[in-house]
Amino acid sequence: MIYSIQKRFEDFFLFTAELSLFAMRYFREAFRRPFEINELLRQCYNVGNRSLPLVALTGFIIGLVLTLQTRPTLQEFGAVSWMPSMVSISIVREIGPVIVALICAGRVASGLGAEIGSMRVTEQIDAMEVSGTNPFKYLVVTRITATTLMLPMLVILGDTLGLYGSYIVENTKGDVSFMLFFNQVFDALEYQDIVPATLKTFLFGFAIGLVGTFAGYTCKKGTAGVGRAANSAVVIASLLIFIIDFMAVVITDLFYEL
Amino acid sequence: MKTADTEHRTPGGTDRRRPVLEIKGLNKAFGSNKVLNDFNLTMYHGEIVVVMGRSGSGKSVMVKCLVGLMKPDSGEISILGRDMINISSGELDELRADIGFLFQGSALYDSMTVRQNLEFPLRHRKERKELTENMEEVVTTALDQVGLAHTLDLMPEELSGGMKRRVALARALILKPELMIYDEPTSGLDPITSKEIIQLMKHIQQTHNTSSMVITHDVDCARVIADRIVLLINGRNYAQGSYEDLAASEDEEIKAFFKT
Repeated sequence: MIYSIQKRFEDFFLFTAELSLFAMRYFREAFRRPFEINELLRQCYNVGNRSLPLVALTGFIIGLVLTLQTRPTLQEFGAVSWMPSMVSISIVREIGPVIVALICAGRVASGLGAEIGSMRVTEQIDAMEVSGTNPFKYLVVTRITATTLMLPMLVILGDTLGLYGSYIVENTKGDVSFMLFFNQVFDALEYQDIVPATLKTFLFGFAIGLVGTFAGYTCKKGTAGVGRAANSAVVIASLLIFIIDFMAVVITDLFYEL
Repeated sequence: MKTADTEHRTPGGTDRRRPVLEIKGLNKAFGSNKVLNDFNLTMYHGEIVVVMGRSGSGKSVMVKCLVGLMKPDSGEISILGRDMINISSGELDELRADIGFLFQGSALYDSMTVRQNLEFPLRHRKERKELTENMEEVVTTALDQVGLAHTLDLMPEELSGGMKRRVALARALILKPELMIYDEPTSGLDPITSKEIIQLMKHIQQTHNTSSMVITHDVDCARVIADRIVLLINGRNYAQGSYEDLAASEDEEIKAFFKT
């Protein structure tokens, strides 16, 4: 029992150390020539464009549901007019970034884990290395950079469609005009809502790319390892998103208290 | 038959020529499992050396050490006169242009077309301007050599096992390497396709004037292609010689390979 707990602790610290070294290698390689611009653009397309419908639909539905669920309670207190402010702050500060990041952890991190993992077990990564191409730069740096750059854009899109979904409910149930709704939305939002929320999405993107590529790049034990890589990529990326979110909120609060 | 580390004469009576590969005292262990145990080998220009051994005898580990995919625990490896062990990563990348490697499972890049697979090794190869400036022509010629010029825009998943192996061969040859390493070139292929691949390897050897190391446990392949066969047993260079020499041996370990 004690041995098992000790082993788990050891494995956890070993994993954390390896992931940290992997992240450091990313920063070392990312700014060295040659730059894989074409592959980076291709990955931006893969991460951004292909996640777009899923993120858009989810964002829109969250806006609808949040408004539908909250409306009766606000109505009870005669505070329906606070709806745009409440929805905008909820979505922009917290729900939008976290939900979009979780969707991307499911779609992108698992995809990266499986793709790079299968390249590892079928010796494609070795083939790249033997041909004189740095596979870390080509496969890892491009993908982490792409997720870091694309996630904020996806979050902005998700937030926008979430607010639009909320407006549709408000317009249908309360006859609120588009101008009035969005005026209230923008009145309620301040820089301290938007800037930290956007900055943390870069970290979410980085975490998703880092964990996905790490799981794939270090994949072992044949095809079963590929499945494990995809699975662990989703679980660890999701967990990291919550940890980063918590830390971002604490730091933001400290920053604005000063 | 000659035992390991003895003076070598290549078949056909040619004396010692320029060595392209020299391995001295190579050791590699995984935990307590000693995979390579003081392995020695010298290969000469224009020679085809077949390394045979049972599964787990250390063949694949040895070739991975040769191309820098794995670090040996100790020993020396010199390829084309350059020390592979104490080499910078930049110099290693340069040297790798002179080594063609055919992987056991072909290792074609799934997400790229055949054309992109062949173009891939040419990227960032500024020192091979004559190749990179005429990429289209170089790719077409390489594919033509393996009889697959019509597959340029196909994806690897659209190719049969034999075709994949041939495309991988074209990719390995695209930088016109001086040393070719084939890791189990006929494994997983039917006998007819295996023969085609072997013929292709012989043809390439003649037309490209390369030196080749073939890792296999296919005795037929070794018989047809080898100038010299090296038997790797328990991580050591157990014996070497021509196919006829080894096949006639009375040594039990050697007989186990050739008398089946």
